[in-house]
Amino acid sequence: MATLVQYLQYLLNGITLGSIYALIALGYTMVYGILKFINFAHGDILMVGAYTGLLTYTALLGDSTNPVWMLTAFFIAMLVSMAFCAALGMFIERVAYKPLRSANRLAPLLSAIGVSFILSNGAAWIFGAQSRRFPYPFDDTPIVIAGLSITPHQILTIVVSVVMMVVLTLFVNRTRMGKAMRATSLDQSTSELMGIDVNRIISMTFAIGSALAAVGGILCSFDFRVYASMGTMTGLKAFVAAVIGGIGNIQGAMIGGLLLGVLESIGAPLLGIPSALRDTIAFAALIIILLVRPEGILGKNEREKV
Amino acid sequence: MLNFFQLIIIYAGIYALMAIGQNCITGNTGMLSLCHAGFFCIGSYATAIICKTFGLPFWFSLPVAALASGIVGFLIGVPTLRLKGDYLCIATLGLGEIIRNIATNVNPVGMMSVPRAQLFGYQFSSRNKFTFILLIWFFVLIAYILFRQLAHSRLGRAMVAVREDEVAAASNGINVTKYKIGAFTLGAAVGGTAGCFATAYTLTVQPSSFTFMVSVMVLCMVVLGGMGNLLGVILGAFIIEFISYFPQLVGLSSVIPAQASQIIYGLVLVVMMICRPQGILGRDKYRYGDPRSTFSKLRDAVKSRKGGEVKA
Repeated sequence: MATLVQYLQYLLNGITLGSIYALIALGYTMVYGILKFINFAHGDILMVGAYTGLLTYTALLGDSTNPVWMLTAFFIAMLVSMAFCAALGMFIERVAYKPLRSANRLAPLLSAIGVSFILSNGAAWIFGAQSRRFPYPFDDTPIVIAGLSITPHQILTIVVSVVMMVVLTLFVNRTRMGKAMRATSLDQSTSELMGIDVNRIISMTFAIGSALAAVGGILCSFDFRVYASMGTMTGLKAFVAAVIGGIGNIQGAMIGGLLLGVLESIGAPLLGIPSALRDTIAFAALIIILLVRPEGILGKNEREKV
Repeated sequence: MLNFFQLIIIYAGIYALMAIGQNCITGNTGMLSLCHAGFFCIGSYATAIICKTFGLPFWFSLPVAALASGIVGFLIGVPTLRLKGDYLCIATLGLGEIIRNIATNVNPVGMMSVPRAQLFGYQFSSRNKFTFILLIWFFVLIAYILFRQLAHSRLGRAMVAVREDEVAAASNGINVTKYKIGAFTLGAAVGGTAGCFATAYTLTVQPSSFTFMVSVMVLCMVVLGGMGNLLGVILGAFIIEFISYFPQLVGLSSVIPAQASQIIYGLVLVVMMICRPQGILGRDKYRYGDPRSTFSKLRDAVKSRKGGEVKA
């Protein structure tokens, strides 16, 4: 039986993991809110982001061991990776999803699975099957407070995710572009009549979602290493998080991500099952939430109109 | 060379069975399921356990494998098939992963040296590929005939109605959930028999071989050949297997990386969806995409890439 301190430790680890899920889940939820379609390639954009970040970071760093420059290089690498993924996301939307916008709902989904396959296997081809470690941009010795150990990279993860989420919330709620985005997700054809350039909004949504995925990819590669299929499982779980929170709802994705992270971290020791089954916990959570409350925690119940 | 051709034909047969099952789910009834690898896994394990652990003949394991995956498909289907398209896709994907996860946790090595299948004292060994081809394609033929009859029956037409428009189908007195679960169970059972033959051929079962990639490959076969068209689906199985064994066939497996064929699967899905969503042998009448011709669609796709406006 684990002690209280151990459970608090699991909770802390869960919050760190959950904030990464939340970042990635935002991309799923924003795209779903506007296009009503699951961007299956989102998880692989995360992987591309992690690789871009890793390559930029190691290139910038060279042999330098200056702690200030290490941290600066890390943030520059993160920005580069965000920009690259934003462009990639927009490109994918143009090529693979836009021609299918008026098609049956199955068509873009299959196209997205195809894109995801191309990205993950292309990366495996270019970078090889071996996983790489993302070097910490600082000394990662855990800080111990009252029996709880927290590592600097966990602090970084939580701080960066919170900043990103606050910026996104402000962007969506306070700016003109954000308003246009909300309008488009409510009713695409009406917002087009009101003079909103829907195509631009959709491109923008993909760009923002992909940039957030890049951040999520870099942050999760501290714990999980960087490899070509890293996006599949993490992406799936982030999607589960988006569904738990209520897909299409931005606050829902944040709550769902945190909830899933904590559930995954605490679930295995609480139920006394091996931690290798934590993926099963996540999917079991998905199926339970879909059965009990299919619209998610914060989602609205939508009736299908003919 | 001949050896590889025979290998391709054997695997095309095994995957054709899977694709026929997937076609029943995705092609006829319009549900995007991504856990065929899971059913394949259950079928393989059923055969391995029955032939090795219980020492019963292979022929006994065939219905058991079908039944086991059918039951799992039914149990999975009852809660998940009430979900709409995209949710169903994720839920089935998760279930496929759960099946593999559990199989890996029970025994990561899997099972080795399963006894061979026998018929009137004749042993089907993997060394003699020709008899194996006969065995597998005999069952593909049976599945083809059965499913073609099903597609032209009252049940099959009801399934197509569910695919085309659930609300309209329901208002015409079709019990949508019942048909969905039925199609799903049937597709799962056929996927299980495919696993059965795979075990009989390789005589081993490894949990690591039932990845998500297998499900995507099967889906790719259905999409490529033509959703809802059985001959097309079998053709799709042939093409995909040919692509994946092409490097070995021409002796360039050291030059062409293993990922190349998987990148091609991805490209196949994207290009087919944009240019010919009904598949190679699909009918225009039942096409999935929008009703414009392939040419005008390509033109629009090129235009939109150049930043021009697309006609709705």
